[in-house]
Amino acid sequence: MIPTEAYLILSLALFTIGVVGVLTRRNVIIVLMSIELILNAVNINLVAFSRHFGSVDGQVFAIFIITDAAAEAAVGLGIILAFFRNRETVLADEMDMLKW
Amino acid sequence: MGHLIPSSIAPYVLPVVYAVVIVAVLPLLAGYIVLLERKVMADMQARLGPMRVGPHGLLQPIADAVKLLLKEDIIPANADKLMFWMAPLVSVTMALLAYAALPIGPAFQIADLNVGLLFILGISSLGIYGIVLGGWASNSHYSLLGALRSAAQLVSYETAAGLGLVSALLLAGSLSMKEIVQAQYDQGTWFIFSVPVGFFIYMVGSIAETNRAPFDLPEAESELVAGYMTEYSGFRWSLYFLAEYANMIIVAGIATTLFLGGWLRPFARWHDHFPGTSLEFFDVIPSLVFLAAAGYCFYLAPKQPVQIQKIVIAAFGAACLLLAGAMAAALFASPAVMAGIHGAFWFMAKVVAYLYAFLWFRFTFPRYRFDQLMRLGWRFLIPLALVNVIDVGIAIILRQELGWSPFWAMLLMTLVTLGVAMWLASEGAKPASTLQPADTEI
Amino acid sequence: MILNQILFYFFALLAIGSAILMVTRRNIVHSAVFLISTLLATAGIFLQLQAEFLFVVQIILYVGGIMVLFIFVIMLVNLDVALRQIQFNRQKYVAGVLTLVLATQVFFALWVARAGLNLTNPADKMPVRNTEAIGDAIFQRYMLPFEIASVLLLVAMIGAVVMAKRRV
Repeated sequence: MIPTEAYLILSLALFTIGVVGVLTRRNVIIVLMSIELILNAVNINLVAFSRHFGSVDGQVFAIFIITDAAAEAAVGLGIILAFFRNRETVLADEMDMLKW
Repeated sequence: MGHLIPSSIAPYVLPVVYAVVIVAVLPLLAGYIVLLERKVMADMQARLGPMRVGPHGLLQPIADAVKLLLKEDIIPANADKLMFWMAPLVSVTMALLAYAALPIGPAFQIADLNVGLLFILGISSLGIYGIVLGGWASNSHYSLLGALRSAAQLVSYETAAGLGLVSALLLAGSLSMKEIVQAQYDQGTWFIFSVPVGFFIYMVGSIAETNRAPFDLPEAESELVAGYMTEYSGFRWSLYFLAEYANMIIVAGIATTLFLGGWLRPFARWHDHFPGTSLEFFDVIPSLVFLAAAGYCFYLAPKQPVQIQKIVIAAFGAACLLLAGAMAAALFASPAVMAGIHGAFWFMAKVVAYLYAFLWFRFTFPRYRFDQLMRLGWRFLIPLALVNVIDVGIAIILRQELGWSPFWAMLLMTLVTLGVAMWLASEGAKPASTLQPADTEI
Repeated sequence: MILNQILFYFFALLAIGSAILMVTRRNIVHSAVFLISTLLATAGIFLQLQAEFLFVVQIILYVGGIMVLFIFVIMLVNLDVALRQIQFNRQKYVAGVLTLVLATQVFFALWVARAGLNLTNPADKMPVRNTEAIGDAIFQRYMLPFEIASVLLLVAMIGAVVMAKRRV
């Protein structure tokens, strides 16, 4: 039986990598994919605790997070497509029209 | 024998043996299904089909396999080599992985997952990546467009097929494949008779899922060259082909398990015996089928023009006689063995019937254009599937809460669903000026 | 027992390795494929945690739905010129330091509390029929979040269609 700590450390590692991806990459699509990675890390955490306490509530929460991630990915990619059609770029540094 | 296997690996031996059998037999089986398709196509077009390679073309798949293995392996310039190499691999892996949860008879299942049906659906949806990545990695416009079209089609019809399955799941009450068949035994009917609209939706969805005609636009010979398979040659192409036919058998297996009673024989609960014995009437049907096949083979054998064809057909007749004997012998073995062998026979008979329907549709219907295909999926099948799920739910409530008999509840709700289907179809057939122009850019 | 551990380390290393590769690739399609591999490893972890329904939901929704959406969009906005530009922005060192601080904080919190949380003895009372238990939970205790999630999906669907439409 794998102890719950192992799953928490795995979740922390994935979360960290996701945060690095969000903060460091210029390409907006990879930023979105790193956000999905962060949500996945949270899911692993929830399901590990769900098994730890023997209740199914953590898994239900994880299902809602997956639903949420789907909605957010759809809208985010729609925004990226709309922006790409206007400005021909997907790099975050070049999306600076609202700066003074 | 049980003492020779240490108990730590004993639970894994039988599934590994089944897995090896499936992975070894399936490519050969897929090759012969291709030959069967060409023969059936020829029969429906009033000609003979492959006759040259081997008697009656029986060695054609072997010749094709040898040719494909010896072909030059061309990789397009500027193609992404990693993806190009990986894409057919993904397709074949997912197609073969789905067999892990498919029960071929009550005794032949690699893993009885309690979410077995969803597992197979999920793995089938992973097969899309083989298509999309293959099309993109080929660095060719035709491949990319064909791949994106195919992926869009697969995703749309996967939803419809899944909802069609849900209507049968409401009656079954479980996602485990064994329990679904057990539910059909307990309720005394195959689910195709309880939810025929669900079966129709699943059948149409599964034809589109496997890129078969009339939904085979992405890979038809006259459209977009060959779609995502354009730049693949030799062994890589044969992997895609194997994946397609393995997928066909999987969807036939799912339809058989959910709608056609799995490994149950027809009238599984009629235990009328022959007078004086404990032999049930319907249990002799497998042997009779094989005896009839053997008789037909022996009738055809003297009429063949060439000596080798006479010998091969007579050998087929002898093989059918052996199988008839095996089916009859199984009747006198232990009930578990008999259930296993007869169950496998009935399962495979139903799968063959479903695949024959696939082949039949290919040579009967003209191909759908891509926008017609998407309109059919999103505007007809998905609303119909949703209405069907609601109606089956209402039928179950009528049966359980209000005490209606199952027959009248299901009949009423099927008629309601058919009414909605006719309304949806008439709305789709209106002249194009009243409908919005298609806004697809793919 | 030993198989359990082998599978856990296999899935964990696959997940972390694929995640690192995803964040560092130059080619976006390769990043997407590595994210798919991370998600599949996560599904394996779910299966090990006896969450069978979540395992198939992860495969069908995340890998079979969301990632297909990502790959479609990547192929529609694929720019060859983007492959030759700088991939990491100017704040990468500050971001690295901050992330390290964050990770150290969380790890320290876990380390300090490890005796009190008693994390090495997981309870063994998971319901045997996982799908039925989740169905009961969603449709009885969590009915309101379920309805809100469906409204959210409707709003997201309308929003995505409106955003991605060409001006007719």
